[in-house]
Amino acid sequence: MFDQFMKVRLRGMIVLAIIVVVIPLFLTNPFQYDLATQILIVGGAVVGLNLLVGFAGQISLGHAGFFGLGAYFTGIMTGTYGWPAVPTLLLGAAVVGAIAWIVGRPILRLKGHYLSMATLAVGFIIAIIINNESQLTGGPDGMPVPALDLFGWELSSFGLYSFFGIEFDGYELWYFFAGLMLLLAVWLAQNLIDSPIGRGLRAVHGSEVAARVVGVDTAKYKSLVFVISAVYASITGSLYAHFQGFITPAVAGFDFSIILITMVVLGGMGSTYGVILGAAVLTLLPQVLADFQELEMVMFGLILMLTMIFMPKGLLPTLGSMAGKRFAKKTGGQP
Amino acid sequence: MTALVEVKGLDKAFGGVHAVENVSFSVDAGQVYSVIGPNGAGKTTLFNLITGLYTPTGGEIRLNGETTNDLEPNQLAERGMCRTFQQMQICMNMTAIENVMLGRHLKLKSSLFTTLFRLPGLLRDEKSARQRAADLMEYVGCGDYLETEASAMSYGALKRLEIARALAADPKVILLDEPAAGLNAVETAALEQLIRRIADEGTTVMLVEHDMKLVMGISDHLLVLNYGRVLAEGTPSEIRNNPDVIAAYLGG
Ligand SMILES: Nc1ncnc2c1ncn2[C@@H]1O[C@H](COP(=O)(O)OP(=O)(O)OP(=O)(O)O)[C@@H](O)[C@H]1O
Ligand SMILES: [Mg+2]
Repeated sequence: MFDQFMKVRLRGMIVLAIIVVVIPLFLTNPFQYDLATQILIVGGAVVGLNLLVGFAGQISLGHAGFFGLGAYFTGIMTGTYGWPAVPTLLLGAAVVGAIAWIVGRPILRLKGHYLSMATLAVGFIIAIIINNESQLTGGPDGMPVPALDLFGWELSSFGLYSFFGIEFDGYELWYFFAGLMLLLAVWLAQNLIDSPIGRGLRAVHGSEVAARVVGVDTAKYKSLVFVISAVYASITGSLYAHFQGFITPAVAGFDFSIILITMVVLGGMGSTYGVILGAAVLTLLPQVLADFQELEMVMFGLILMLTMIFMPKGLLPTLGSMAGKRFAKKTGGQP
Repeated sequence: MTALVEVKGLDKAFGGVHAVENVSFSVDAGQVYSVIGPNGAGKTTLFNLITGLYTPTGGEIRLNGETTNDLEPNQLAERGMCRTFQQMQICMNMTAIENVMLGRHLKLKSSLFTTLFRLPGLLRDEKSARQRAADLMEYVGCGDYLETEASAMSYGALKRLEIARALAADPKVILLDEPAAGLNAVETAALEQLIRRIADEGTTVMLVEHDMKLVMGISDHLLVLNYGRVLAEGTPSEIRNNPDVIAAYLGG
């Protein structure tokens, strides 16, 4: 019975891996690779955010704050102080996780709009601090970040690499590295969801009262998933900083928080692959609609609203059930 | 016999409304103990107090001799207490069997590390929890629904599912709030059998129920509440012949 679950899960990961490997066939220039890599990195962040929002049913409107903290921790420590990248990324995740635990404990008692407002405020405060501490962060002008150094091996978008006689551009390698990281993020997230802890988290969403009476310490579980999603944001923020080579306070800003939550809602709350699709759509859409740039946030707001009204399950689950019905019709019943 | 659940001078006021007022009684281990009374008498409030969802405004609740007034529901679950709800509390975002496995939460102690990397300890635990949940679903009579989404199940099946979830924790005492509400005669008869079996296997049962035939047939002891206060307490035959009860409740 268990093997069945693992099979289904493995199938999903293999499909994702194949998509990641196939997409470069359609990419023709570094700019397109850059977008695709952004999708993979931000995809990791929304997989983490989805644990909080989609599975545990708690909202965070300030999640870019944690992404920004990870990005700036990496920027400052590797850039200004010359720390090694990987230990810095992990330490940053631990620090951001601790911060999330400290702020999460009191605010996760709140429900609904109050929790929204509190998380919004957390995001704002982080963005303001990053903006104002210009000694450390470069303020609104941003700061440069060194290339990712993987234990002495430097991964730079501008580098040239060769493996087994095959030449790779740095931006191609970054794309595949980010894909690997996303697969890892998905694997860990699914392990969490499909476990006793994951059931406790989903029960907080399904019926908090039921969760409490069967012994789930709901306060602890909410803090836990808040911390985990913040750690996801921090790590992907660190990667993003290395990848872009330059960060500004926008990575921690309100707009990006809203974009992250819109990705989750549009892609499908509680659907790990769905939210990655959400990340892809909402990263690409502004490119397609570049003429309407000043209306970008209006557009995101509109997408958020329309999705919640007309497609509350989100893009991927809705497409999935439509395909299921089609298939059922063709085969005469049994889906 | 020792009292498993002991309630002394219990009070709960919501603003000006005294939902429960100076209620005292005790439940011995192994009993089927029922709480009856008209609508709004304070039965559900009493259960919410005992299971830690509400904090008393006065009096004392003890479980196995320990005062539990300030304990959270999850801490009471750790001490062997579990329940179902008048307003069913099912996780509609899960399958039926996952709901029951949720009931086994406290028996599954895998660390976050074991969970994230899906180490063998977790797989073993999950496998036995799934087996136990499947057995319990069979036991309460929803063995056909193992992998069904909870949101696709009928009302009667969900009622049984909620009992299976409560039993999954291997509780010492289980509190059932109107388990027969909304069930037809056949389902109610099956429920009576089920409650009897649960009690026979040594689990103490506390029951809130309006179905008098069911309650009188199954209970060792009864508590009658009226406007939050104890009207009578005793065996079914004592209650049946109590003039206050007849006047205020059964006869009315
Ligand atoms: N959370 C609450 N806030 C305010 N008043 C409440 C609350 N819970 C219960 N009450 C009030 O307490 C009284 C007792 O309610 P309770 O639900 O305990 O009755 P009950 O005996 O379970 O009734 P029923 O048979 O209809 O289920 C009612 O007057 C109710 O309005
Ligand atoms: Mg009631």
